[in-house]
Amino acid sequence: MQQALLASVFVVASCGLAYELIAGALASYVLGDSITQFSTVIGTYLFAMGVGSWFSRYIVRDLVGRFVRIELIIGVLGGFSAAALYFMFVWAPEPFKIALYLIVFLIGMLVGLEIPLIMRILKRDIAFKDVVSQVLTFDYLGALAVSILFPVLLVPHLGLVRSALLFGLLNVAVALWALWLFRTQLPAIAWLRGQGIAALALLAVAFAGAGEMTSLAETHLYADEIVHAESSPYQRIVVTRWKDDLRLHLNNNLQFSSRDEYRYHEALVHPALATLPGARRVLVLGGGDGLALREILKYPQVEAVTLVDLDPAMTRLFSTAPALTALNANAFASPKVKVVNADALVWLEESREQFDFVVVDFPDPSNFAIGKLYSAAFYRLLEKHLSATGLAVVQSTSPLYARQSFWCVVTTIESTGLVAAPYHALVPSFGEWGFVLVGRRAYAPPQEYPVATRFLTPALTPALFEFPKDMARVPAEVNQLNNQALVRYFEREWRHVIR
Amino acid sequence: MRRRGFLGALGACGTLGTLGGLSGTTLVAGCSPGSPPPIPRGRVLGNDVDLGHRLRAGDLPPPGETRKIPVLIVGGGIGGLAAGWKLAKAGVDDFLLLEMEEETGGNSRGLATAAGACPFAAHYLPLPGIEAVAVRELLAELGVLQGDPRAPRPTYDERYLCAMPQERLYRNGLWQEGLWPHIGTNANDHAQYARFQELMAAYRDRRAFSVPMALSRRSPELLALDRVSMRDWLLAQKLDSAPLHWYVDYACRDDYGTASADTSAWAGIHYFACRSGEAANAEHDTVLTAPDGNAWLVRGLVRGITARIQSGAIAYRVEQTKRAVLVDVFLPAEERSVRFAAEQLIWAAPLFLVPRVFVGEAKLAAAAQRYSHAPWLVANLVVSSLPSAGAGAPRAWDNVLYDSPGLGYVVSSHQQMRLADAGAVLTYYRALSGMSPAAGREALLSRTRETWLDEVFADLGRAHAELRSLTVAADIVRLGHAMARPTVGFIWGGAREPFAADSPRLRFAHADVSGFSIFEEAQYRGVLAAERTLRRLGVRFTSSLV
Ligand SMILES: Cc1cc2nc3c(=O)[nH]c(=O)nc-3n(C[C@H](O)[C@H](O)[C@H](O)COP(=O)(O)OP(=O)(O)OC[C@H]3O[C@@H](n4cnc5c(N)ncnc54)[C@H](O)[C@@H]3O)c2cc1C
Repeated sequence: MQQALLASVFVVASCGLAYELIAGALASYVLGDSITQFSTVIGTYLFAMGVGSWFSRYIVRDLVGRFVRIELIIGVLGGFSAAALYFMFVWAPEPFKIALYLIVFLIGMLVGLEIPLIMRILKRDIAFKDVVSQVLTFDYLGALAVSILFPVLLVPHLGLVRSALLFGLLNVAVALWALWLFRTQLPAIAWLRGQGIAALALLAVAFAGAGEMTSLAETHLYADEIVHAESSPYQRIVVTRWKDDLRLHLNNNLQFSSRDEYRYHEALVHPALATLPGARRVLVLGGGDGLALREILKYPQVEAVTLVDLDPAMTRLFSTAPALTALNANAFASPKVKVVNADALVWLEESREQFDFVVVDFPDPSNFAIGKLYSAAFYRLLEKHLSATGLAVVQSTSPLYARQSFWCVVTTIESTGLVAAPYHALVPSFGEWGFVLVGRRAYAPPQEYPVATRFLTPALTPALFEFPKDMARVPAEVNQLNNQALVRYFEREWRHVIR
Repeated sequence: MRRRGFLGALGACGTLGTLGGLSGTTLVAGCSPGSPPPIPRGRVLGNDVDLGHRLRAGDLPPPGETRKIPVLIVGGGIGGLAAGWKLAKAGVDDFLLLEMEEETGGNSRGLATAAGACPFAAHYLPLPGIEAVAVRELLAELGVLQGDPRAPRPTYDERYLCAMPQERLYRNGLWQEGLWPHIGTNANDHAQYARFQELMAAYRDRRAFSVPMALSRRSPELLALDRVSMRDWLLAQKLDSAPLHWYVDYACRDDYGTASADTSAWAGIHYFACRSGEAANAEHDTVLTAPDGNAWLVRGLVRGITARIQSGAIAYRVEQTKRAVLVDVFLPAEERSVRFAAEQLIWAAPLFLVPRVFVGEAKLAAAAQRYSHAPWLVANLVVSSLPSAGAGAPRAWDNVLYDSPGLGYVVSSHQQMRLADAGAVLTYYRALSGMSPAAGREALLSRTRETWLDEVFADLGRAHAELRSLTVAADIVRLGHAMARPTVGFIWGGAREPFAADSPRLRFAHADVSGFSIFEEAQYRGVLAAERTLRRLGVRFTSSLV
């Protein structure tokens, strides 16, 4: 009996620490700034344990029954804590913090109740000095075990959601074990046992189905360390780092990886700009990370660049954070650059300026609102802002994974009477990526690149305009506001890729 | 494999999109549970009750001066403006158009709000068929119809073609594409729906119904349709599916402000069978629309005649004499009246005014009294950001709720190309067709703005629980005599005839003359009245009607 109870102290203690670690890890994953998250979660948790211990004095009767009940509640609450917090973050990010600390506090308080109760149960049979020494020993042992297992085994193999469920199962097992140990001393044992078995079943089912659950929610989380995270009124901006790889995620969509973004941005800018020795005025739509700017500013003939990005939080971040300004070569500090934080569409409709080169770097056409930015009406509007010999470049999703979508962009541009020159480049973090050059006459690739490049060479460039068989042109409808053909293609093609 | 767009694509198919992004979801915290937020501020527009009382009581200053005018148009809605448009195109410039409100356009005007312009009432125009000559002429002038205006399938300016998705329907907690409930209906419903559409297609192929309605075929068999209700006609075809009846009733309420049980089958079928317009770059059922509804059409009619318009002028008495038509006009801003002695009068104000305003015209008064008019309520909800799209089909321009007393809402920002959701106006429509027109008018006037908005939020709240907390301002528009009702026996029962006829000095140019209210009819009546006037004046012109 004694041994059994001490074993349960071990389990109970490890469960307690596990929930705390899970909550801390989750908070730093999604909110960033792990030091703050861990210390506030641990602080809340320890304080709550104190509150729980203090309350334990008010439990006077039916110690074992109460203990079992508390175990069951911790098991269910702790077991589902990670899942609940994940889903909370994905579907209702606003109250996430409140929910986080509430859950941490509740679990902490209940765990704080456990140990004093066990001590009092044991005290009935052994001397107090032995109780204290043995219980605390197992308590700390349990903590040690989890703190080692957590990073080594649990997180990599089970993930946070499943780990929490596993510890929930352990808590419930302890409760059922205690029920069996004290089966002769407990009054309403059948009822308690029923509850225990129900909790066990619930957790077990969740554990079995957790794969699907986590993949649903966990795709939203990042394996790498979060170095910056903020929610602007327009989007959630997250920057992660893993070794020397910086990554930007907007609303959980990867925007670039610093390891290969040069391929994307060189391909976006140079094939056009290297053929425009007279390009003085440049417009960038989107591109608040300043990486396209970095490439554009390599050209001495460029006198002024206007960058229109909706979100001031983005341009502020990329003009101040040292790691990021190092990446964009401090492009926003250039006196040639003018930043306009406005809706690019509204700005285009209102402005009368013309440009020699326009970079159109909008998100992929994944919904009807964005689909409008790839419509014939949009390209007609764009044309009004192109100087007589001007060129524009449009990022146009992957010709490999979304082949018809890509060619739909080309077809749409051509339908407005503009000349399209489609090309592609391999960007490992995205895969094979597509671009379309837009102008009023036929395009010829540059004979040389007058600026430093890491990826492009003049010899390679014509090959980018060749499409291998699996990316070759397919017929597609013109994307109009009133048919949104592109969004339909895109939805179908990416759904196919994801499966 | 990580890729940009990966989750965006997921988001487009499911609920993940609510996390944010460009689909129009700034992270707006919901309001705290408990008491509902207060009713947002706003205006009450439409019928001016005090003025109405004054006009009825005859409590107006007598005219102090008499002005002679060759041609006078009373009413600056589509009918009156179209008459002015045609006169001006024929080179006539000695006419005057009087409009009671500060602004012309009538039910087709736009409304300015904190979140940009929205419709005051009318909000779309279907693609015009080949017979809608005047409509096509106007659209070509505006550059919206490109190329030959008489081409069977012209190209239209993409910005005016309603963007995808055009409409969706909320039923059993789920939004579905289109207005026919294709989810949650059974095989019998579908079969009946298909048969109904076949019947309509057959009428369409026979070109039995036309827009303008005056060009419709008038065989006895077709005219007999006017003597049964749309509902009874459906039942007589053995079409009794409840969803089908909802669908047809919705169409009657939406177009005529009248339930299918009161609408004549001729009018009900006209709605479904008259549309023959096609486009080179759109499906045939696409409509033309803009953020402020049909106000762009008003601007097109007005632009050549602004100098001929006098607003803030209310005609309250009309009398025909041997040599002129005398029209007494009250100018509220100056608190005085003027008498116009017009050689020709085009009356383009609603016909329910005729018995009150026209002196010594017993026949006209009797005919006008046979009309009934539908009362309408429009609510313009200015939202700081769009309510979340909800489960199922994505947000459309026209969003309709099944089994609702209202007709749903249209979204003013739908036609805009915007990256971010910077707010919009949701224009909610409700024809008070569930009660008699008189009771409806009484309800319109006696219930407060707050009461009406409570009803609007209760109705739309079924689909958008958070709507009330997103609404920062809310105007209601009360229209007591919004449109003539094509009730059983009305359209071909003779009441319209005296108004459709020509006479030496007087003609009528309001949608009421057609017996139901749509842009094309109002414009047709206006152009027809202008062309008849031009003939009387001996002015040569090319007709816009053939
Ligand atoms: C809620 C609602 C929604 C609608 N939606 C659509 C739609 O989407 N598409 C469509 O085609 N149609 C729609 N309609 C029908 C719309 O009314 C017609 O398209 C068109 O605007 C009718 O024009 P009208 O000139 O015949 O009448 P009105 O718009 O009634 O114009 C009459 C004008 O006369 C003025 N007036 C009245 N009395 C006097 C007086 N005594 N002296 C001087 N001036 C006076 C009025 O102020 C008004 O400007 C809708 C109508 C309503 C009520």
